[in-house]
Amino acid sequence: MMPASLVPSEFLVEVDQDKCRRCKRCVLNCGFGAFTFTDRSVPDSSKCVACHRCVMFCPESAITIKENPLTFRQHAMWDVDKRKAIWKQAEHSGMILTGMGNDLPYLSVFDHILIDACQVTNPSIDPLREPMELRTYLGRKPDRIEVEPDGKGGFKADNVVTNNIELDLPIMFSGMSYGSVSLNVHKSLAMAAKKLGTVMNTGEGGLHKELYDYADSIIVQCASGRFGVHSEYLNKGVAVEIKIGQGAKPGIGGHLPGEKIGREVSSTRMIPVGTDALSPAPHHDIYSIEDLRQLIYALKEATGYKPISVKIATVHNVAAIASGIARAGADIIYLDGFRGGTGASPQIVRDHVGIPMEIALAVVDQQLRKEGIRNWVSIIAAGGIRSSADVAKAIALGADAVGIGTAALMALGCRLCQKCYTGNCSWGIATQRPELTGRLDPEWGAERLVNLVESWKLELKEVLGALGVNSIESLRGNRERLRTLGLDSTTSEIIDVRPAGS
Amino acid sequence: MAFGDQYSKWRVDQEHVASACGLSGVISQDGHRIGGDVIIESMTVLHDRGNGLGGGFAGYGIYPEMKDLYAMHIMFEDASGKAACEELLSEEMEITLGEELPTKPIPRITDVPLLWRYFGQPRKEMLEASGMTADDFMVALVMRINTVVPGTFVFSSGKNMGVFKAVGFAEDVGEFFRVSEYEGHTWIGHGRFPTNTPGWWGGAHPFNILDWAVVHNGEISSYGTNKRYLEMFGYTCTLLTDTEVMAYLFDLLIRKHELPMEVACKVMAAPFWKDIDKMKEVPRDLYRSLRMTYSSALVNGPFAVLVGHQRGLVGLNDRIKLRPLVAATKDDRLYVSSEESAIRQVCPKPDTVWAPRGGEPVIGVLRGDA
Amino acid sequence: MAKTIKQSSNGTVLEAKGVYYRQLNEQIRERIGQGEKDITLDGVNGQRYIGGGLTDGAVITINGVPGNDLGAFMNGPTIIVNDNAQDGVANTMNAGKIIVKGHAGDVVGYAMRGGKVFVSGDVGYRVGIHMKSFKEQVPVIVAGGHAGDFFGEYMAGGILVLIGLGNSDKPVAGDYLGTGMHGGVIFVRGKIDEDQLGKEVRVFQTTDEEKATLSTLLEEFGSDTGADMSAVKVEDFVALKPFSHRPYGNLYVY
Repeated sequence: MMPASLVPSEFLVEVDQDKCRRCKRCVLNCGFGAFTFTDRSVPDSSKCVACHRCVMFCPESAITIKENPLTFRQHAMWDVDKRKAIWKQAEHSGMILTGMGNDLPYLSVFDHILIDACQVTNPSIDPLREPMELRTYLGRKPDRIEVEPDGKGGFKADNVVTNNIELDLPIMFSGMSYGSVSLNVHKSLAMAAKKLGTVMNTGEGGLHKELYDYADSIIVQCASGRFGVHSEYLNKGVAVEIKIGQGAKPGIGGHLPGEKIGREVSSTRMIPVGTDALSPAPHHDIYSIEDLRQLIYALKEATGYKPISVKIATVHNVAAIASGIARAGADIIYLDGFRGGTGASPQIVRDHVGIPMEIALAVVDQQLRKEGIRNWVSIIAAGGIRSSADVAKAIALGADAVGIGTAALMALGCRLCQKCYTGNCSWGIATQRPELTGRLDPEWGAERLVNLVESWKLELKEVLGALGVNSIESLRGNRERLRTLGLDSTTSEIIDVRPAGS
Repeated sequence: MAFGDQYSKWRVDQEHVASACGLSGVISQDGHRIGGDVIIESMTVLHDRGNGLGGGFAGYGIYPEMKDLYAMHIMFEDASGKAACEELLSEEMEITLGEELPTKPIPRITDVPLLWRYFGQPRKEMLEASGMTADDFMVALVMRINTVVPGTFVFSSGKNMGVFKAVGFAEDVGEFFRVSEYEGHTWIGHGRFPTNTPGWWGGAHPFNILDWAVVHNGEISSYGTNKRYLEMFGYTCTLLTDTEVMAYLFDLLIRKHELPMEVACKVMAAPFWKDIDKMKEVPRDLYRSLRMTYSSALVNGPFAVLVGHQRGLVGLNDRIKLRPLVAATKDDRLYVSSEESAIRQVCPKPDTVWAPRGGEPVIGVLRGDA
Repeated sequence: MAKTIKQSSNGTVLEAKGVYYRQLNEQIRERIGQGEKDITLDGVNGQRYIGGGLTDGAVITINGVPGNDLGAFMNGPTIIVNDNAQDGVANTMNAGKIIVKGHAGDVVGYAMRGGKVFVSGDVGYRVGIHMKSFKEQVPVIVAGGHAGDFFGEYMAGGILVLIGLGNSDKPVAGDYLGTGMHGGVIFVRGKIDEDQLGKEVRVFQTTDEEKATLSTLLEEFGSDTGADMSAVKVEDFVALKPFSHRPYGNLYVY
């Protein structure tokens, strides 16, 4: 008789039975049903996803998770994951689904960029004692300000700049839909955004009413499925984001499995309980750039001209696309790189489609400057921002701000097990099962998010201080303060950063 | 006593002193003539702020008999560059006079390029065909010469003003160009201690575009950001020195965008957000809008600059005053310098002396006609 | 070479006009080495490092504006300036006294470890940075006028006094007052806003002991500089002190 599956387990769960005190916490905590209890805790390694919930909650630290030490004959072309993909698809017809972002060892441009520091010829600045400004405004800026005397010996602006979002720092939370993540995640993000003076993004699942109080810290998204999009929704929130694409799945639509559509998700998204939520690949009213312009202005008219952001995945001709978007009337362009995360995407698309955010950012910034229209839009870079060093480098490459999604979820406990699409997240993040979502206390979550971002803020200020810059706008696009190390010369030229030593 | 004697003694004793650059400036606001010897004398006190790898001056009102013509000071590496440039000039401009810049050979000034000056204005038909204003036409022409004609660059292009600069100590440069033989209502001077760029004549201060001349002490840590912003408006940064962006920023903000001088200074040395938030509504809206729109024109890093232009002189510090700047007045004269002693050398008993606050410009204005 | 104008039992007068600082300071050192205790310099303008590194107790009187770093690393003498001074006065000074009858520039008393600096007028930015003290070695800076931003930045010990005489429209000190302070005390007379203070600093009322110290200092200051102290009362001063020795203990995650 054939075994149920010919695919070996990825992980091996080991319980130290001497330490185990039979408290059953592991059984209760695992969202994937990897533990049963006879007279002791019995793990089923085939169900383990290495999310570490059991490990962290075992009071005796009796559990460890290892990579299944099963040895395969080595093959440089057929690494183990590729073999498993074949076996899985032979077992069940279908696209292999995965979650979070591209995990393949493509070159990380950030990891080949180094930052300058001031010495001797220019003083560094001490951010703890001297002023260091991180305030950022996102939105369209005019080409110039018309200044007139105010009649009282001073001056006034004839064209005061409005329609911008004010952030206390250049880091925001990326859009993650309610449905792919739980309501408690949204609450944590909203509370943290408010405390930090930044914004979160609803993602394409609409905005739950319980979050309406945090409207001033929220960008509402209008994606191709238009879930939860109604005029009240549009008018909540400080801006509206048209989601054209996403770094994790450029060019394809979205799919939220029916398992994740419970009552609350159903009411927020306005689709029946238990159906799959399908987001079409294109907006079916945007087949060409002028259609985008039409939608942008439709939204502007409907919202009293709030800033409109357009989120795209970074693909090969991203510079030209960005220029088109700027000319179509967008106020903000959100560039989602190929490392961006998702709740569910076909692995084949996540891992092989798109280009790195660093490169896209550099060429978009370059292109807009070349056309003299850089100040028509603010650029947000996202998709693989892992630390404050990445933030500093992204800004130096030209970003006005960065978005973090994966890092934000990790602050809430996520271990990057990439099983979000199952809806079984043991941490209560990427799930709608009430027994799991209840595990994430929004106050606790918000505190952890604030801790993370505040830590990055301190680190960012230290880096700015070392650069001798006391205002983030002086780092923006300042590629002279970056150097590449070990990056091929063509890529260095494309991103217009010189190699170290020059 | 000739200037040379006093300074050669200093040179013998001089050892390497690590300090930054030094600058000095003076304006007679009533338009009285001041001899170039005054600015040179002032600069001698700042000798130790430089390292002999750059010095220069700019004088305003020095060509009164040709005051309506653009006076271009151009340096050429060799005769072929000069020929190519003159050809271009004669195509684009009507040149009234072209002659060698008067100089005096000084042993300490070496590797002297060909130094010429041309007085003229854009050819009417070329100007009409371009659809530009005369000033824009000249800016484009200067950018073109500096990028396209080999071994050539225009180091001053304003009306009734001129820049004199070279590799050398300021006082030697002054002697070389016979600066004391000129008279003007406004002068700025500079001595340089370059570390970032090679000691070449073009890299000395003042930097000039039209009649803006800038001398700068410090380092612009936002250079890359400022440069990219200016490039959007057609300015090309060719001179390998960060100060270049300040000259172009003044030209852009004041001549093109018509911002008043004080406002332009507040763009480059913008008030802190915490101070903007505390302002009353009208100024708050203004400064917030300015900072949002001109974020890439914020000049970061330590700086003290002196900017000369047709109608006056401006001194400005970065907003946390990381470089020194002192100002003084005596009758109608305004003096601004890196050190008080440089002012006191030529004005022993000023009426007032003060240190401007970081980010607050010191503005001298030429009154009436000059 | 500085010409000797006068030499008597009352001291030596040197003509410093046009003399490079190297020669001038060499001559000063020579004279002091020969036992001269009283030197006057006429026609000073911009010469640097006067009094730099000198030890022993000579008195140097300066007529004119001395250049930067007056009394840098000085260790004992007294310098009297009958004019304004420039930047870097008393840089890392260890002992001695500098009296300026005028204003002084930026960075007065950087890393000062002892001795006194009295300036009758205003002082510039970054005055009294990282002053430090140990037992009886307590550096003091008294400024009769106003100060710019970053007054007392990083202060680790010593006494700073800001009297605020003169133009009462101006705020007596700038922003970031006492930022990074972790020792010492700053006495200020005049209006200060909460907003101006560094995060590490609190305003306290002066204790009796502090009032006594301040009183003595103000008297000495008045007599040395000749400033008009009639309107100045010890009760007008508040004391700025750090409220923690380790204000940055929480910054790091291990």
